[in-house]
Amino acid sequence: MPRLKLSIDGIPVSAGPGATILQAARANGIDIATLCHLKGLIPAGACRICIVEVAGGRRPVPACATRAESGMVITTASERLQAARRQIVELLLAERNHQCPVCVMNNNCELQAVARRFGIDHVRYGFIAPTLTVDISHERFGLDHNRCILCRRCVRVCDQVEGAHTWDVRARGTASRIISDLARPWGESGSCTGCGKCVQACPTGALFEKDVQGTRKGTLCLEKLLEWRRRRTR
Amino acid sequence: MRPIRLATAWLSGCSGCHMSLLNLHHHLLELLLKCELVYSPLADIKEYPAGVDIALVEGAVGNADNREMAALIRERTVWVVSLGDCAVNGNVSGLRNPIGREAALAAAYPAENGSHQRFGSDVPLLLPRVLPLHQVIRVDAFIPGCPPLPEDISRMLASFFKQPAAGG
Repeated sequence: MPRLKLSIDGIPVSAGPGATILQAARANGIDIATLCHLKGLIPAGACRICIVEVAGGRRPVPACATRAESGMVITTASERLQAARRQIVELLLAERNHQCPVCVMNNNCELQAVARRFGIDHVRYGFIAPTLTVDISHERFGLDHNRCILCRRCVRVCDQVEGAHTWDVRARGTASRIISDLARPWGESGSCTGCGKCVQACPTGALFEKDVQGTRKGTLCLEKLLEWRRRRTR
Repeated sequence: MRPIRLATAWLSGCSGCHMSLLNLHHHLLELLLKCELVYSPLADIKEYPAGVDIALVEGAVGNADNREMAALIRERTVWVVSLGDCAVNGNVSGLRNPIGREAALAAAYPAENGSHQRFGSDVPLLLPRVLPLHQVIRVDAFIPGCPPLPEDISRMLASFFKQPAAGG
């Protein structure tokens, strides 16, 4: 099949058949900010940070979940798009309780990085400040709903890579919650293999590993991990 | 050229933002060549004066005193700057928001039955919700960070000094 030819921000680019707009852009050195996207997982289009304008289209489309087509004329950084992206991040920050200084992922957080990149120095919306729980019933990991942005990376990595499908999303809108199995405490989950892929995939401090220093996204002590594995398999 | 009238204020915060200001070290001396410090918790001045050019405000609006002070600052200041995360988004001072004022008081003072009215009028009444400064008064600029970096503070002040209206 011939390669696709399109234009991104006035630059003529080519992409392999089946490539998304995001892949076409990144392969040509044009960076589009993303949040829910994770290479290797099926795109969800959950966060809409990566929205771009396609000439002739009525509204912006998510670059991560839209296939590139020959002849497309794409804009990635118009004023309208930048305003919309800022608004999305501000709404994410207003929706739950994101207190960076007391978060395990401070300075390693993708939400924080995106906010910094967009120059967000305050949030124009009222903070909802919902009352949310922290599930630390799992032996090694914890889930803090206060930091969750519902990007579904954990859901997808557990399903598509580990094949366990422990995670899912319950309810809709601001009432949405990540749940393990049928909303049982994570520690009592029968399907969780304890692989930790969800923790690695989580862009914020919502999923974290207990008792480790640094990023809380993976153990720095392999001996401790091996010891834990041995205890599990005994 | 008259010196720029600089004020700093401390609402519901931990004073860490003021520590960051002090961490400007020798740059503080350069700052004081351009500015006159007319009000600050670091200086013994009792009342917030009129005609302030720039105010750096640390802390969220968490009680009745904070709210009154915020209104006074706005009324008497040309340029109000939110200094640090508590002023910008509530941050640690706002940690009580998800559980609410009464539950927070009950957790902190169990023997007092959670009723801070019992303290009498000496202690300012907590507001039902801790608010960022810009949700109470108009704010002209923001310096986020917990604490904000001293470099960010000097950059913000420098951008103010460049304005034609500044000082005169």
